[in-house]
Amino acid sequence: MRRLDLAEESLQDAFTAAVQRWPEDGPPRNPAGWLLTTARRRAVDRLRREASDLRRLPLLVTEEAVSDMDHVELDEGYAVPDERLRLVFTCCHPALSMESRVALTLRFVAGLTTPEIARLFLVAEPTTAARLTRAKKKIAAAGIPFRVPDADDLPDRLAGALAVIYLVFTEGYAATSGDRLLREELASEAIRLGRVLGELMPGEPEVTALLALMVLHHARRRARIDPAGRLVLLPDQDRDLWRWDEIGEGLALLELTARSQATSPYALQAAIAAEHAKARRASDTDWPAIADLYAQLERVTGSAVVRLNRAVAVAEAAGPRAGLALLGDLDEALPRHHLLPAARAELLRRLGRNGEAIVEYGRALALVGNDVERAFLLSRRAELERAGGTDE
Amino acid sequence: MKYALLIYANEKLQAEASEEERRRTYAEHDRFGRMLSDRNAAAGGAELALTTTATTVRKRDGEAVLTDGPFAETTEQLGGFYLVEAADLDEAIEFAKALPATNVEVRPVVAAPEG
Repeated sequence: MRRLDLAEESLQDAFTAAVQRWPEDGPPRNPAGWLLTTARRRAVDRLRREASDLRRLPLLVTEEAVSDMDHVELDEGYAVPDERLRLVFTCCHPALSMESRVALTLRFVAGLTTPEIARLFLVAEPTTAARLTRAKKKIAAAGIPFRVPDADDLPDRLAGALAVIYLVFTEGYAATSGDRLLREELASEAIRLGRVLGELMPGEPEVTALLALMVLHHARRRARIDPAGRLVLLPDQDRDLWRWDEIGEGLALLELTARSQATSPYALQAAIAAEHAKARRASDTDWPAIADLYAQLERVTGSAVVRLNRAVAVAEAAGPRAGLALLGDLDEALPRHHLLPAARAELLRRLGRNGEAIVEYGRALALVGNDVERAFLLSRRAELERAGGTDE
Repeated sequence: MKYALLIYANEKLQAEASEEERRRTYAEHDRFGRMLSDRNAAAGGAELALTTTATTVRKRDGEAVLTDGPFAETTEQLGGFYLVEAADLDEAIEFAKALPATNVEVRPVVAAPEG
């Protein structure tokens, strides 16, 4: 390692990683070796990221007719924070398709390589490469500016950027297809992006709220799948596997948004995640509080998916019948969403209406796209079928 | 950069508009035109007559075939366009939003080659 500061930073990273991992996984057989390997790996990561950071600006600049680029000032040969912020808003411009925005942001803000992005989204590498090329051409040809939006446009454009980051996270949190429910890498990248945006726009409540939300959800990752690869529902999760250090960070971030009285969707979702996180045992969960937060969220967003989640919370707080009532008129709004029949099935089951529950599991199975969730639904239905499948 | 702002609307609905509504729309277009001039952004444009008045010329196998009507039958039809000079896409979008029109396609104009 020719660069001393890089070596120092990387070793520091390695120590931090050790502190985080060793309590959970136990110390390795050769601690010194582990530290050195980890440090070397982190150093390579950093070099790669820095190189790609420095590369990404010219990659955008070399496209023709991006006249704004001529006026960009690069202080002392490295990209100043303002550069990165401009990059975020350029990559997340609403004139680009969502797919393009996600690919560009991961490539040029997160610094992932094209093959890495392709792998994360289970897409062939040439497809991702072509998507990135098309997007860059659009930026140049359509004159998408390399600029932080004006104060008038900023709220909407920031919301757009946050939506890109959140999309990356939710794809990591519950992959819509494939055999791994958690694509931890995607979720981690989203959180990293959130942190970058947080550094670039310090104190911006929406950014803090989204980061809190992601950190709190991500803290539960080790408990969501059992050793056999099966889905574990929230009430059944081993909370010892929750990352309580990360929950601490999430709660602290949420505190910051509370001060600015953010009642944005992200802040409300983060508050809900916090309610779960505050419960050391599932039985400690304050379901009425969660149901109330979902009601606020539903008012703010008018979202059918929020109503679905609210129904689940209401069922916990006030019984399955109350929950089912809220699910009554959602079929039109959510015709292809497997979680609607899945939720109905669970509530019908609690009411002893097993025949109807089995039918609903069937509907859910017809719609589900994720192997882990499919296996879960199949096993839940099989349990009822074994029990006789008739209503009590 | 030069952009074309292409205005699409349902002609049938527009035809049903009252005299008062028509007057109001033209007044808004006048206001829009003046705003463009004030910002040195006006570069041309025109309102197009209804697609029922269109004739399409298709050249196939060395022959020109005429059809009565627009190139493509669509639910919303191209009703007019503006050419604007804008600093970037954001400014062109700002213009598009300021137009009294529901659907506006913003398309860059290809710059004429030098020399």
